Amino acid sequence: MNYIEGPEIRDTKAPEGPIEERWEKRKFSAKLVNPANKRKLDVIVVGTGLAGGSAAATLGELGYNVKSFCYQDTPRRAHSIAAQGGINAAKNYRGDGDSIHRLFYDTVKGGDFRARESNVYRLAQVSVNIIDQAVAQGVPFAREYGGLLDTRSFGGAQVSRTFYARGQTGQQLLLGAYQALERQIAAGTVTMHTRHEMLDLIVDDGRARGVIVRDMVTGEIERHLADAVVLATGGYGNVFFLSTNAKGCNTTAIWRAHERGAYFANPCYTQIHPTCIPVSGEYQSKLTLMSESLRNDGRVWVPLAAGDSRAPGDIPEEERDYYLERIYPAFGNLVPRDIASRAAKNVCDEGRGVGPGGLGVYLDFRDAISRLGKDAVEKKYGNLFEMYERITGENPYDVPMRIYPAVHYTMGGLWVDYDLQSTIPGLFVIGEANFSDHGANRLGASALMQGLADGYFVLPTTLGDYLAAGPFGEVSEQAVAEAEIKVRTKIDRLMSVNGTRTPDSFHRELGKLMWDYCGMERTEESLRKALERIPELREEFWNNVKVSGGPEELNQVLEKAGRVADFFDLAELMCLDALVRTESCGGHFRAESQDADGEALRDDASFAHVSAWEHTASGEPVLHKEPLEYEYVKMSQRSYK
Amino acid sequence: MNLVLKIWRQSGPSDSGRMVKYHVKDVSPDMSFLEMLDVLNERLILEGDDPVAFDHDCREGICGMCGMVINGVAHGEQVATTTCQLHMRHFEDGATITIEPWRAAPFPVVKDLVVDRSAFDRIIQAGGFVSVPAGSAPDAHSIPVRKEDADSAFDAATCIGCGACVAACPNGSASLFTAAKITHLSLLPQGQPERLSRAKAMVEQMDAEGFGGCTNTGECTAVCPKGIPLDTIAQMNSDYLKAAK
Amino acid sequence: MTATIERGAATEPVASAAPPPRKVRFLTSSNGKKVVMAVTGAVMVLFLVGHMVGNLKIFIGKDSFNEYAHALRTLLEPIAPYRTLLTLVEIVLVVSVGLHIWAAVSLSRQARRARPVKYVARKKSQASGYTTHIMRWGGVTIALFVVWHLLDLTFGVVNPKGTNSLPADRMIAGFDPSRWWVTIIYVVAVVMVGLHLRHGIWSMFQTVGRGTARLRPVAALVSAVLVIGFLAPPLAITFGVVK
Ligand SMILES: Cc1cc2nc3c(=O)[nH]c(=O)nc-3n(C[C@H](O)[C@H](O)[C@H](O)COP(=O)(O)OP(=O)(O)OC[C@H]3O[C@@H](n4cnc5c(N)ncnc54)[C@H](O)[C@@H]3O)c2cc1C
Ligand code: HEM
Ligand code: HEM
Ligand code: SF4
Ligand code: F3S
Ligand code: FES
Repeated sequence: MNYIEGPEIRDTKAPEGPIEERWEKRKFSAKLVNPANKRKLDVIVVGTGLAGGSAAATLGELGYNVKSFCYQDTPRRAHSIAAQGGINAAKNYRGDGDSIHRLFYDTVKGGDFRARESNVYRLAQVSVNIIDQAVAQGVPFAREYGGLLDTRSFGGAQVSRTFYARGQTGQQLLLGAYQALERQIAAGTVTMHTRHEMLDLIVDDGRARGVIVRDMVTGEIERHLADAVVLATGGYGNVFFLSTNAKGCNTTAIWRAHERGAYFANPCYTQIHPTCIPVSGEYQSKLTLMSESLRNDGRVWVPLAAGDSRAPGDIPEEERDYYLERIYPAFGNLVPRDIASRAAKNVCDEGRGVGPGGLGVYLDFRDAISRLGKDAVEKKYGNLFEMYERITGENPYDVPMRIYPAVHYTMGGLWVDYDLQSTIPGLFVIGEANFSDHGANRLGASALMQGLADGYFVLPTTLGDYLAAGPFGEVSEQAVAEAEIKVRTKIDRLMSVNGTRTPDSFHRELGKLMWDYCGMERTEESLRKALERIPELREEFWNNVKVSGGPEELNQVLEKAGRVADFFDLAELMCLDALVRTESCGGHFRAESQDADGEALRDDASFAHVSAWEHTASGEPVLHKEPLEYEYVKMSQRSYK
Repeated sequence: MNLVLKIWRQSGPSDSGRMVKYHVKDVSPDMSFLEMLDVLNERLILEGDDPVAFDHDCREGICGMCGMVINGVAHGEQVATTTCQLHMRHFEDGATITIEPWRAAPFPVVKDLVVDRSAFDRIIQAGGFVSVPAGSAPDAHSIPVRKEDADSAFDAATCIGCGACVAACPNGSASLFTAAKITHLSLLPQGQPERLSRAKAMVEQMDAEGFGGCTNTGECTAVCPKGIPLDTIAQMNSDYLKAAK
Repeated sequence: MTATIERGAATEPVASAAPPPRKVRFLTSSNGKKVVMAVTGAVMVLFLVGHMVGNLKIFIGKDSFNEYAHALRTLLEPIAPYRTLLTLVEIVLVVSVGLHIWAAVSLSRQARRARPVKYVARKKSQASGYTTHIMRWGGVTIALFVVWHLLDLTFGVVNPKGTNSLPADRMIAGFDPSRWWVTIIYVVAVVMVGLHLRHGIWSMFQTVGRGTARLRPVAALVSAVLVIGFLAPPLAITFGVVK
């Protein structure tokens, strides 16, 4: 796949001046919408996760006329519900030296110096308000006996700044946002459309003006118009088929917006989570995450000798290799995810992996149980242990857990400026769907923070600035009809192939290909191979897929086929992006670029930039680079030793 | 493992529906229940049949999207487990498994095993929230909460809105779901100002949706994947009574 | 493109937006009906406790029992006419039974509407047991029994001693060994009452918001005491212990 290099992106709209004052400055400079005008302004929010749910609720509260969409049967089921571990905030309630600046610093460093300083600083500033907001909504965070909030530490940080609600932080935060959203629905400011899937973006006169959606129950194709569109449709980790994401997570909404002109930034940055339950068979439909918080008390190890097939309990202490503690004494089991994942891959590659297929390492609670007692361990992790036992049939109080890395989060996404606006005016992108503030690697407990920061605090201000110029008048029928026809044509095409393979079988094959060639470790050779195979497989897909049923009914096969089709196109761009970025950084590890210890080796001279890809009709993408400058954090080789 | 499945098939809300028998072969005991259905569906698609429609998303027991009545028990017989977390190792080789959708008038069948649970959203709309606009909250530490209260509130807040309680209740009552939310908020200081109006509005919405009344049979809590306790219903009743005074 | 949809102020608490007429809603809501059921149930339980204690007087002697029956009718005599208190009790009981049945019927109908389609697979109880599921049939059984019981021991219509006899005689004649089948009816009925109450007493507390799991054994104990207390006199008569 060839590409063209286009002009650099110079202006991200971040205000100048001292970093602490930038967000204040932007808030002050943002135009306000006259309250009487707000109800005349229509905003579409696609997605009801932490980002979309909080945004729609807040915009509704402010008085805009909001339409909200999700593909599930209720907004409360958005994938954010699955987040387990916690949410970061620079509250410094522990007095352990945390501060906005430290959270900012940890995040920039954790992201391997591929995130924007201004954005990350704002994120750290806003983080404190999120906790206040959530607590006021009644989110039952864990508390201590004194009645104050409890915190814990998470990978990539040496302070205890992660707020949590047992192993269900995402659920509790999402329910808070969901309840706020339902309140607005009852008040009539938000109209909710559940079981509706966005299939295209309507762009008229250069502005995003609406969406084409399919009613997933009746199959009807609907058009919804507005003055601005907000995408909060989550990540695209499911391009790998097996991931910790919910089955329905997809790239369709952002991909089709990309096809309409929104740049796609850093598609190759994927996060592999180190603590997931290993694959158990061919039929596997998804992977389950074991919260990273387990690494607070669990110790990761493998046998010293390759091919040691003794039961874990029979392996004496001297013959165990607690490799994270050995290689990274300062952070030990709490090194960031990319590092922990790759270390696990390395020991398994050495033949020291455990469990079926040798793809697993132990996460052992023996010492924690003897130190804290079984009860204390159960209190902290009981529900995670139960979940593990339900899935594997093994009891982790007696036998160490087996874990292995799995695809978890995508740092890439639609490119947005400081205002969270994409390259299409009027199209805002928030949450995991944008290329976000995490650089090349996201620290644990930072996605919830970012989603809620975007939805509750950032977007409502910046969107107002855009809408102050509205309402934007009638949308041309031509633009709407064109988008609608495009959607219908695609559906008709999928329905008419009538081949011999199911959408899932293609998805599995694509996923395997991506995992093997564009997964935890990438090489020029593997990526070239992928770029060769993907178009072939896509070709076969379009000639041999079988979609049963009809388009005008609830048809889960058709839904799936549409999503797989977009995954093919995205996969290709991911591999291209990974190929072009010859350095290693964060979640993107190019085997050619490593130091003597096998750690990721960045190439700041050539790659200290965001890669923003523009879609073109010819199919040849255009690469726009947005240079990254570091004024407040000195770029350095990350070290967790 | 080989299994016989008897599954409720209904092409749409207006279809009258019927039970259909399927044979599935070579099921691995490590498969989840939904993965077993995936295998069946892959085959049905290739045979040109309509695959069995069922709701699911997270497949890890937290989103509350999945749910079917398996052998007469909502989410199957394994306690505190959603359908997606149920594994085939709990079934015997050669077994016949009956699979039906949630049955309740306020949960009309959309297709096959998919039902419409939007009534739950409307119960929440009636008052299942704390009215606090974004940006106006005081510092999180300004209101300490007793750990015990926070923990009990959390226990109630873990409801995933799956609807198994309704499916299992002989009265088709949504009391456990409604009570879980009422209890969650009524145990916290943040929930106090709206406590009584919330209980009243939510209970009345529950009736308006057409759910049955609770006669304390306890079937709901027995199938609830999150083990929401019956004490929550007592809390709801107490708040409701106070509101009615 | 501007839709002008009017809507309420966003910050208004929705729950209390329109305070509904309170009392009416209360009685028509399922929770309200349950409270009616609990209160009337409680009245009946109290009556049963008193009734049981009274019945047990037969062990002290016929006279004691007759005196008690007489006292029931003459209590408050100088102030109020004969049978005032008993009539009051009867009225309260009749009203209670009526409301209790009304609520039960109304809730069952609501429940039937909520579950129009039954499950194909045999339903298995996942909860504590089956007594909770037989409340309605148990209730009907009790109602039928009470009708017959009144005809028997209160009005004497179906009693060998007839209407104009002393209560103790009616009772002893009613449970005469030759009429063993009457005793069996009583045994069955009282056991049904026991089962109804084993769940009912706990349920009553739950309904008014005071339920905890710890009350369950208490409810079971109270019901057991009632069953034993009620069955002692008829069995004693039938087996000839009391003549
Ligand atoms: C298992 C797991 C555990 C995690 N744990 C943590 C943690 O402990 N801490 C942390 O900070 N982060 C965690 N994360 C990451 C974090 O949960 C997510 O990044 C974040 O919740 C994403 O939120 P979102 O609002 O952007 O998107 P989502 O919550 O994914 O919401 C997407 C929404 O978009 C809708 N949607 C998608 N496509 C369409 C379409 N085409 N049409 C219409 N609607 C559509 C969906 O219906 C949904 O409502 C975890 C992630 C996973 C997978
Ligand atoms: C016609 C007769 C009766 C019928 C149809 C009937 C029916 C019912 C039903 C359906 C319930 C609700 C079940 C539940 O809460 O689980 C109930 C509860 C109860 N019944 Fe009865 N019953 C009858 C007679 C009686 C009698 C005679 C007594 C007392 C001696 C009694 C005492 C109670 C009590 C205490 C409750 C619990 C109330 C509550 O749940 O709030 N009932 N009854
Ligand atoms: C098995 C043991 C029982 C015996 C021996 C018994 C005996 C009697 C007698 C002798 C009377 C007449 C009292 C009088 O007229 O002065 C009476 C009345 C009555 N009994 Fe029972 N009874 C028994 C059980 C029950 C039960 C289980 C119930 C209800 C569930 C019940 C309900 C009543 C009622 C409602 C009256 C009428 C009271 C009145 O007129 O005020 N009895 N009983
Ligand atoms: S109370 Fe339990 S069974 Fe009912 S919806 Fe909530 S989680 Fe599901
Ligand atoms: S099963 Fe039904 S009767 Fe009440 S206790 Fe649960 S809602
Ligand atoms: S699929 Fe989410 S709970 Fe089962």
